[in-house]
Amino acid sequence: MKNVDLVIVGGGPAGLAAAISAKENGIDSILIIERDKELGGILNQCIHNGFGLHTFKEELTGPEYAARFIAEAKKLNIEYILNTMVMEIGSDKKITAMNRTEGLFEIQAKAVILAMGCRERSRGALNIPGYRPAGIYSAGTAQRLVNMEGFMPGKEVVILGSGDIGLIMARRMTLEGAKVKVVAELMPYSGGLKRNIVQCLNDFGIPLKLSHTVVDIEGKERVEAVTIAEVGSDRRPVPGTEERYTCDTLLLSCGLIPENELSRGAGVELSRVTSGPVVNESLETNIEGIFACGNVLHVHDLVDYVSEEAKNAGKNAAAYIQKGAGTDQRVITINPTGGVRYSVPCTIRPERMDETLTVRFRVGDVYKNCSIVTYFDEEKISERKRPVMAPGEMEQVILKKADLLERPGLKTVTITVEGA
Amino acid sequence: MEKRELTCIGCPLGCNITVSMENGEILDVTGNTCKRGDDYARKEVTNPTRIVTSTVQVSGGVSPTVSCKTRQDIPKDKIFDVAGALKGVCVQAPVAIGDVVCADVAGTGVDMVATKDIAAAG
Repeated sequence: MKNVDLVIVGGGPAGLAAAISAKENGIDSILIIERDKELGGILNQCIHNGFGLHTFKEELTGPEYAARFIAEAKKLNIEYILNTMVMEIGSDKKITAMNRTEGLFEIQAKAVILAMGCRERSRGALNIPGYRPAGIYSAGTAQRLVNMEGFMPGKEVVILGSGDIGLIMARRMTLEGAKVKVVAELMPYSGGLKRNIVQCLNDFGIPLKLSHTVVDIEGKERVEAVTIAEVGSDRRPVPGTEERYTCDTLLLSCGLIPENELSRGAGVELSRVTSGPVVNESLETNIEGIFACGNVLHVHDLVDYVSEEAKNAGKNAAAYIQKGAGTDQRVITINPTGGVRYSVPCTIRPERMDETLTVRFRVGDVYKNCSIVTYFDEEKISERKRPVMAPGEMEQVILKKADLLERPGLKTVTITVEGA
Repeated sequence: MEKRELTCIGCPLGCNITVSMENGEILDVTGNTCKRGDDYARKEVTNPTRIVTSTVQVSGGVSPTVSCKTRQDIPKDKIFDVAGALKGVCVQAPVAIGDVVCADVAGTGVDMVATKDIAAAG
């Protein structure tokens, strides 16, 4: 069995940034395991621009953003294997993987970073009624077909869900000659970024119908028509509001779910809200030496934040390999409440944290002119005015180590929305 | 007097901005809550531009397509001309990021450049 200090599962933006950071922090024995035929992950199919404004201060396309990290990883001689699927991760950090050349094989790691990313919510998970013809794709599948494999999935398109990939694909399909008839969104607000609504829908006169969903799909061999209807505040269709659109394609952009089958198999505790691992300030899961970052941990809005988070995971994994777990220390719990749906991380060992710690989270609704308020037990520590917050965008609070160390009795950090 | 309704993309607030115009002159910008909104609205009604991203075919490469973008932003009303001009374009592998895949695309004076490295097959 091969022995490696650090195995990183996934060679997308999270895995690459984690590997680079671990290497820069003194770990030489690193292996990235990637199931696709190339590094870069989902960025390879995200050919639109708008990536890297925070990291590189310029607007790059997805493949360009990935290329910078791939070049850096290669320069640092970080080892990686492609076309290889990890089948199992043990709680003892033994990894079982397979590929066509080596068959099934095992690797013993000292530390593991989970960077598997996420997958799209499928039709089955959405329970859309109607027939099951060809022509129903997740938006990301359509994106891969158009951008990487050179196929057009259809000519007349209806899109359910206003997630960013759906909005991006509305524009992409339009530019490739398809007619995108409507984007229907179940919620009364869009799940995507504002700039995507303007530049992908408004620019092309594509209507966005909020509080609408698909109630019927027609067609036995191929999609022939889709019926959408308005939904009430209970999110159930309102009878009499049905509209029928003839089309040959239905794209689904209805949310992303962290891909944690491997994590679960390793005994990693998962959050019910994010479907990603529960982690501490070091982005370490409940299994010592197994870390997580990127969309497998929680779905991000911007890749820049993925890179930043993964950099920390790489640094912390390096420290674990070099110094071990250390002795038990004081643990402070983060309590997301009052509109704050979750937080990453979930717990903090103040002695272990850096001088500052960025806590990221999302809110559960659209809030206007509210504040993000942080309490240390009962004591109000900070209040930040936010003109608008929406579930589609990540929010953050920055905690200072000095503030936590000053309060030896502190048990809970509460983050909440006030003024709603 | 003509009124143009816009949604600002400067931040998640997404202000609904109304621009009043007469004979191509901007008379008034209302609805924005900051300076960035005013700047965005003025540019958007006088000279809206966009970066266009797409793909072109590759022959002899490890991938059948290569992603590309306009090196600079182009006038918004030229988006479809640019998309149309890329139909049938095929480049020979290997392709490197920054290689011109279509010079002076659709007469915009802007080159379409590759955004991904595609190695030659074999």
